[in-house]
Amino acid sequence: MIAFEGVSKRFPDGSLAVDDFTLTIPSRSTTVLVGSSGSGKTTLLRMINRMVDPTGGRITIDGDDVAKLDPVKLRRRIGYVMQNSGLLPHRTVIDNVANVPILDGVKKSEAHAHALELLDTVGLDRSLAKRYPAQLSGGQQQRVGVARGLAVDPNILLMDEPFGAVDPLVRDELQQELLRIQRELSKTIVFVTHDIDEAFLLGDQVVILRTGGIVAQAGTPAEILANPADEFVASFVGAERGRRALHIDAEHGDRVLVDGTGRVAGVLTDGPGGMAGTAAGSAPE
Amino acid sequence: MNSFLGALAWLADPANWAGDDGIPVRLLEHIGITAVAVFIAAVIAISLGLFIGHTGRLSFLVVSTTGALRALPTLGLLVLFALWLGIGIGPVIIVLVILAIPPLLAGAYAGVESVDRATIDAARAIGMTEWQILTRVEVPLGLPIIVGGLRSAVLQVVATATIAAYLPIGGLGRYIFDFLPLRRFEPVFAGAILVTVLALVLEGVFAAIQRLAVPKGVRILRGSPAALGAGRPARVEPAADSDGADSGGADSDRPEYGGGPTSSPPASHTHSHPTQ
Repeated sequence: MIAFEGVSKRFPDGSLAVDDFTLTIPSRSTTVLVGSSGSGKTTLLRMINRMVDPTGGRITIDGDDVAKLDPVKLRRRIGYVMQNSGLLPHRTVIDNVANVPILDGVKKSEAHAHALELLDTVGLDRSLAKRYPAQLSGGQQQRVGVARGLAVDPNILLMDEPFGAVDPLVRDELQQELLRIQRELSKTIVFVTHDIDEAFLLGDQVVILRTGGIVAQAGTPAEILANPADEFVASFVGAERGRRALHIDAEHGDRVLVDGTGRVAGVLTDGPGGMAGTAAGSAPE
Repeated sequence: MNSFLGALAWLADPANWAGDDGIPVRLLEHIGITAVAVFIAAVIAISLGLFIGHTGRLSFLVVSTTGALRALPTLGLLVLFALWLGIGIGPVIIVLVILAIPPLLAGAYAGVESVDRATIDAARAIGMTEWQILTRVEVPLGLPIIVGGLRSAVLQVVATATIAAYLPIGGLGRYIFDFLPLRRFEPVFAGAILVTVLALVLEGVFAAIQRLAVPKGVRILRGSPAALGAGRPARVEPAADSDGADSGGADSDRPEYGGGPTSSPPASHTHSHPTQ
């Protein structure tokens, strides 16, 4: 469990990125921090592994104040995945994945064997192991980034807009892969995005932030959609514009769903195993 | 032209290739002085440059020292140190070390500085220590530029090491300084030619090393094999005084290194001595 207790961050230039933020992130589930730029979501994420130190309040992991932990040791037991992969361009895929375990003293052969298994886990062909990051597509690089994040078998995985820079089709694929990986591994995932649909798809808990790291609403996607806390949330999730209110449109037959703006949103199916609907807000499980 | 042919004839004379003041001995002395000076300067300037590049602290030092040190007249400095410390190898080495520091410092700093901030941030976020970030990320990725600084320093020092003979210590400059008062221009010219050839050979060697210093994964990143050809790494080199044709304005594309009047191609020193 990760707990933020009255956390603030004022940057040296005087700007207040986060003000008195309190939140509990339960273990073995996915919490998504979602907000526009300036909402402090990335700052909050980076406070968990001490890439940013708060100027007020404290953050605990299973009761331990992170401020009292050595930053390098802390970071080595937390997976970190970022936009544009952040892979080392002069290292091969397998060296990138095995990097931290080797720095931690794991034997190279062992670390490499484990790295190959991780490539399987993230759905990459083992033949890519000897390639350099520049020889991979953006989506493949992100998969390597996820494999690297998992390399030390961390309990916590921090993901900072990991799918923000790949095209929509690849993003869908990566999101589904992440859901699959999470079903298999049950990590404590903290995921940052500005995409509300991505948040609703991946999050067990979704935290909508407004400027300055203020929690506008926190809850399951269903709770937020059913009862938006205020106009800001309603507008952010699109409920205000009617995008979340779906009705069956008789003109197109009795199965076509249309939202409040008149956009055709999807097709009503008999169950979750049917055609993948574009209807946003459908529960992942 | 006659002097030039005379110089060639002098170079071809086997007598000049033997003995304690023969060409091989003088050549080795010259290379030795250069190596010692560049080594000492590298230990000082590269460690300082890496520190500045990694931490971002003291970066004003790079700008100020590269500008100020380059403005110092080498020969005047040599006389000053000789008066202070006495005749010997010491003043020569000190002067050459001072000459070599600016390009080495600028190269090491610019090399680390050139590494993508996102890559460094990622390395830190996954739990690499600051030392590991420096040695395993910043140095390997900045190596071509760091070597560029070394290339530049070697070239300037090997050309200027000629003045070691002024005291008189040794090196190829001895042919110039010993025979100029005697108005025997063949050995003077021959000395100048030898220094130039040595400088060009070292330039070629370091250009090759610089190319090899580009990490494989980065070479791929730059795309086609054609991009690996001549000049690509040299363009980002901190003080590209060395590139023959465009040497005159080589500093202009990196204004922070303060290309002063002293940043003219070092080869011109060697050419100018015989005509003085």
